[in-house]
Amino acid sequence: MAADLTFWQWTFDVPLAFGLPLLAWGLLATPDLFKAVVLFIVFGFLLSLGWARLGAPDVALAEAAIGAGLTGALLLSALGRMGVWRDGRRGAPGRFPLAVLSLGVGLALGSALWSLPGRSPGLQERVAAELSRSGASNPVTAVLLNFRGYDTLLEVGVLLLAVLGVRSLGSATVPREILPAGPVLSALLRFLSPPLVIVGGYLLWAGADGAGGAFQAGAVLGAGGVLWLLAGERPPVSPPGWSVRPGLAAGFGVFLAVAIGTLARGRALLEYPPEWAGVLMLLIETAVTLSVAATMIALFAGVRSTRAEGSLKGGEP
Amino acid sequence: MAASEWLGLALTLAGMAFFFTGTVGLLRFPDVYTRLHALTKADNLGLGLLVLGLILRAHSWAVAGKLLLIWLLALAASATSAHLVARAARERGVKPWQRT
Repeated sequence: MAADLTFWQWTFDVPLAFGLPLLAWGLLATPDLFKAVVLFIVFGFLLSLGWARLGAPDVALAEAAIGAGLTGALLLSALGRMGVWRDGRRGAPGRFPLAVLSLGVGLALGSALWSLPGRSPGLQERVAAELSRSGASNPVTAVLLNFRGYDTLLEVGVLLLAVLGVRSLGSATVPREILPAGPVLSALLRFLSPPLVIVGGYLLWAGADGAGGAFQAGAVLGAGGVLWLLAGERPPVSPPGWSVRPGLAAGFGVFLAVAIGTLARGRALLEYPPEWAGVLMLLIETAVTLSVAATMIALFAGVRSTRAEGSLKGGEP
Repeated sequence: MAASEWLGLALTLAGMAFFFTGTVGLLRFPDVYTRLHALTKADNLGLGLLVLGLILRAHSWAVAGKLLLIWLLALAASATSAHLVARAARERGVKPWQRT
């Protein structure tokens, strides 16, 4: 039976391992940008399958939701604003030096990978030893929110900077052409929104002891918001006059407040008291979930339509 | 192997056959409308048979319920996206293929 299993795993893993680089080559080589974006989305989903096969469900979830799903939607949206445009740089001079450079970097990376010890426990043992004091039983969450919390703090800061950068462009961004939503998409929205909220909440909660967490949960909620925008409607969670700004800043703000709080209590940066660790991490993750969702929706909408007074209905001004 | 496992295997294989024909249709059919027609067969029936086959081999009701939910969500999503693609094609003036 074991040999059977190995055979079937091989038949799945080998095409996946060869398919990924081929797909990557295809998406880089095609002059058709729409095709490149579609291939990028397919690549992201296959990559998340690869992560799942490697036993990393957290990364697989994040790759599928953010890498393939939301990034794909952002790329498609950007493409929609550009109109018909073909990459004119193909066949430009300077490809040979680039090829040599890429080959050199590839060889250097390959030799570095080759020189690594075959099986190294890394920091797994130390993480496992401290896990009971971290406030989470999922080691991924413990590392992200506790042991290396400052990494995640900075990541959340980068997200905030990105959306601030887009918003600071003001009216320089080109509004997207919106087809009027049909009844079918509206019906799907009403059918899908409750499960999306439940799945987002579940992923946030499940991150403490399994695959999930703030980024995955925020991506699911953000995908729901993107669907509402695609249908040309305002998400039902945002009444008129609602500003997106607190939602964008909540994650970084709460994270930073907790970090300053730990410093003020004479501890190291983001060194939680063990009895408070679980609560603080859940608080941070909840705020980060909201911010990730708000950021994704704001990035997708561009500047104009995130304004509280702007109505999305009716398409172009 | 128990009878239910054989039945599960048969349903899974039947589902894969639908995916195969759906893919052939996607590659071979002449225009966007007929290709959508081929694809939705794979998504709806093929995935349904696959899910039924996997449910018969599932070890708990929770897993079976999740599989069923996946099928229902995929049904709703694929029907809507097929409709949107067809609608966009029609609005851009893509004429349905006709045998000449």
